[in-house]
Amino acid sequence: MSTSSPPVEIQGLSRQFQNKLALDNVSLRIERGRVFGLVGENGAGKTTLIKHILGLLRAKSGSVRVFGLNPVASPVQVLSRIGSLSENRDLPAWMRIDELLRYTAAFYPTWDKGFAEQLRQQFGLDPSAKIKNLSRGENARAGLLLALAFRPELLVLDEPSSGLDPVVRRDILEAIIRTVADEGRTVIFSTHLLDEVERVADELAMMFHGRVVLHGPLDDVKQKHRRLVLRFDAAQTLPPNIEGALGISGSGREWAIICNGKQDLAIAAVTRLGGKIVAEEPASLEEIFVAQAAGVQAITRNPA
Amino acid sequence: MQLHISTGDGLPIYLQIASQIKHLSASGRLAPGDEIPPIRVLAQQLLINPNTVARAYLELEREGIVVKRHGSGTYISDNGSPLARKERLKIIMDRIDALLVESRHLGIDRDELFKILKERQQHMQPQETT
Repeated sequence: MSTSSPPVEIQGLSRQFQNKLALDNVSLRIERGRVFGLVGENGAGKTTLIKHILGLLRAKSGSVRVFGLNPVASPVQVLSRIGSLSENRDLPAWMRIDELLRYTAAFYPTWDKGFAEQLRQQFGLDPSAKIKNLSRGENARAGLLLALAFRPELLVLDEPSSGLDPVVRRDILEAIIRTVADEGRTVIFSTHLLDEVERVADELAMMFHGRVVLHGPLDDVKQKHRRLVLRFDAAQTLPPNIEGALGISGSGREWAIICNGKQDLAIAAVTRLGGKIVAEEPASLEEIFVAQAAGVQAITRNPA
Repeated sequence: MQLHISTGDGLPIYLQIASQIKHLSASGRLAPGDEIPPIRVLAQQLLINPNTVARAYLELEREGIVVKRHGSGTYISDNGSPLARKERLKIIMDRIDALLVESRHLGIDRDELFKILKERQQHMQPQETT
C-alpha cells in the first residue's frame, strides 16, 4: 500500500501560533534513502515542521503524508516506522536503563535486541543506572539507542546535538551514517550546525521565518552558489548595489558577493559600476546561509 | 589511510577526498596495488555520508587512479595512471609558489634563492641513492 510512497510528502503546509506565522506554505518531498538536513535560525519553524511529521501537530492548512499516511489519523502505523529524538528528551526518570530497554522493546515488533545491546555497550550505558541520574550526554545516548534499536525506516532527529559535547555529537553523526548505509533508510535532521549538514546531508533545506527559502541536493546548492571578489579603483563608502547578488560584504575597494546561479547578471552589474572580478570560488555553506538570511531580512524590511 | 576533511571552505567533500587520495598516490604513501578502505568504513571514519565517499571513488576510478575489483575492493591502479605525473608536478608547483612568495617577503632575491637551493641539494646528496 504505502511502500511506493515517499517517506515524507508535505504540501502547502502553513501554521499560525497567535500572531506568528510559524510555517508559511511549506512544500517538501523527502525521498527514500536520503539524509535530509534542515537548517535555520532559532524560531525559523524547524521544530514545528518536525512535529507535523511526527503527528504531534495536526495540519490545519495543507497536507502532511508520511509513508503515504496522515500521521495524525494513523499514529500507530506511522510511528512504528519512525525512530525519533528531540532536543527535550523526556524519558521516564524513575526507570533503570535495562527496564527502559525492555519497556520500549515491547512497543516495537522489529526491536533488535542484539543491536540494542551492542549500542548500549558502545555508548557505555550502565544497565542498572537510573534515568534521572544520567548526565546530559548519557541521556542523549539513551534516547538515540531507543530511536535506533528497532531499525526504523525513517529516523527523525530534531536538533539532536544541541548542547552536547563533541563525543556525543560524533555518536549522533555515526548513527545517521549507519542508518543511511542500511539500504533504503531515510534520515531527517534539523540543526544549526552547518558543519554537520555538510558532512552527512544529501539534501538540504534552509528555513527562515517559517518559509523554505532554499531546497535541493547539497551538491547542487554548493555548486550554484559562488563567491565573487570585486575590486573597484576607488574606495566605496556604501556597499554597492549589485543585481544578481544575494549578499555583499567588505569595505573600501574590495567587496565579496554571493551569487546563486546569477553571476552573469552580477558580473555585468559590477562592470557597469567600474569594478572588476578578481576572484571567483565556491561559496561555503556558512556564506550561503548568511547571504540567504540577509536576503530574507531585506525582503521583510522592504516588502515588494 | 589518513585523510582530513574540512567543511569550512567551499570545496565539496568528495573533491577533497579525491584530491587527497591522488596526492597520497602521487607521493608514494599509497602504492600501486594498495587497497583503499571500503566506502562504509571510510564514511564512518571521516563521519561523512557514504554517498559522498562513493562519488569520490567513482571520480578516482574514472580518472584511472583506482580500480575496482569485482567483489573484493578498490585498489590504487598499477602505475599507468595518466595523471600521476601531472599530480606530482602540481604538488611540487604548489610548494614552489609558496617558496617564492615566502622568499619575496623575506627579501631573498632569485639568485640567492637558486644558490640556497643548490646548497641544500648538495647537502642532501649523500642520502640519495644515485
